[in-house]
Amino acid sequence: MKFTKEHEWVERQGELAVEGITDFAQHSLGDVVSLELPKAGKAFKQGESLAIVDSMKASSDVYAAVSGEVAEVNEQLLQNPQWINESPYEKGWLVKLKPSDWNEADTLMDKEQYDEFVAKQEKH
Amino acid sequence: MDANSELKRTPFYDIHVRIGGRMVPFGGWEMPVQYEGIVAEHTAVRTAAGLFDVSHMGEVEVKGKQAFAFVQNLVANNVAKIQNGQCQYTPMCNEKGGIVDDLLVYRHDQEHFMLVINASNIEKDFAWMKAHNPMQAELRNISSETAELALQGPKAQAILQQLTDFSLDEIKYFWFSEFQVANIPMLVSRTGYTGEDGFELYFDPRFAEKAWEALFEVGKGDGLKPAGLGARDSLRLEAGLMLYGNDLDDDTTPLEAPLKWTVDLSKEFVGRRALLEKGPRKKLTGFELLERAVPRHGNKVVVEGREQGVVTSGGFSPTLQKSIGFAYIPPKPQETIGIVVREGKVAKAKCCSTRFYKREK
Repeated sequence: MKFTKEHEWVERQGELAVEGITDFAQHSLGDVVSLELPKAGKAFKQGESLAIVDSMKASSDVYAAVSGEVAEVNEQLLQNPQWINESPYEKGWLVKLKPSDWNEADTLMDKEQYDEFVAKQEKH
Repeated sequence: MDANSELKRTPFYDIHVRIGGRMVPFGGWEMPVQYEGIVAEHTAVRTAAGLFDVSHMGEVEVKGKQAFAFVQNLVANNVAKIQNGQCQYTPMCNEKGGIVDDLLVYRHDQEHFMLVINASNIEKDFAWMKAHNPMQAELRNISSETAELALQGPKAQAILQQLTDFSLDEIKYFWFSEFQVANIPMLVSRTGYTGEDGFELYFDPRFAEKAWEALFEVGKGDGLKPAGLGARDSLRLEAGLMLYGNDLDDDTTPLEAPLKWTVDLSKEFVGRRALLEKGPRKKLTGFELLERAVPRHGNKVVVEGREQGVVTSGGFSPTLQKSIGFAYIPPKPQETIGIVVREGKVAKAKCCSTRFYKREK
């Protein structure tokens, strides 16, 4: 699993990259009550906004962790947005992308780097 | 400079931190936005009870032979309509009819009132009151000497009743009385900002900890939860209640806001002339989003194909499971409007009453 500075996670699953938001992100957002997901087939460049997560407090963009085409979205999440809070790394996944270049994942943080990154943010 | 260094704290601050409140700046105060989570706290108030620290609210005591005349001239509602022991909601207007603040008037008697004002307006309001007091009523800002808790929800009465011999059935909606709760002298009104039954309790801040503990001691079995500003905001939005600074301000009149019912033009008061002469330039409408998105304060509004309005309050309603809000649009009634939820995305919305939620009585 790799992580972005915008607090997304991405994990390789065969030919696809599964993406969601991290536990730190869901905790800062608070109760997620709604979300907007992209249509399958739509292509995004790394860093482009591909989804919106709405919490009681604010609406936040979710950015593509890697460039690629949307292969599948988590339709069940639309009816159960609270899964993002309850299970950010499993039931709360957002999209599966078909990456155009796996090498882009190398630019992301691994778990150890991300934990350090979060620890620094929490100090502020 | 640390922005937090200027923030004021209520007598419940240590409790909030101890029980895991997430503290945020609000109107010059450091307040809990949530404890367990906004939805859980919101739901507790709709189904059981929630306890809010609202000690940041301001209180002004008005006394003397001229007390009634002072208040009657100060506010837009007709204070002659309330009796001793009754409360009244009213705007306080400037000469242009704009709203200086919205407040609750408590009438002890003809010569003694308490005015409850918004936290962020305390200094502004008190200066305004002093400047509009030709009859020399005695005014005292007692905000820092007053702790306030709001106990709200269908179980509020059952919880509070366990702490007092006074029969709470005797306090009708928007009335108040003074008696002991948990052996603490309190002023208790049947009022609130959530759309539920409930009480607001005013007392000496040195009893803050004791009052909080006593309420939870008897309330936990009934599902009482501490509730923060996040739930307070989503509850008042569902109930169609205005928030000063968002929905009301110095440039907005009560006739533009849905507060016509609080204005009595048949009596004299500051701002009356302007309200009589000036037609509304805008109107507040409730709206319900027809698309998946959440409207927020400050979103622009498209009316008849043009951006000519603004969302002043918006959010997701946990009770109705819908996105709702208030927007100011030109006075002509509309069936649908567009909410610019973010750059490039206009979500369709249906105009409706601001009373999204009404409790069953």
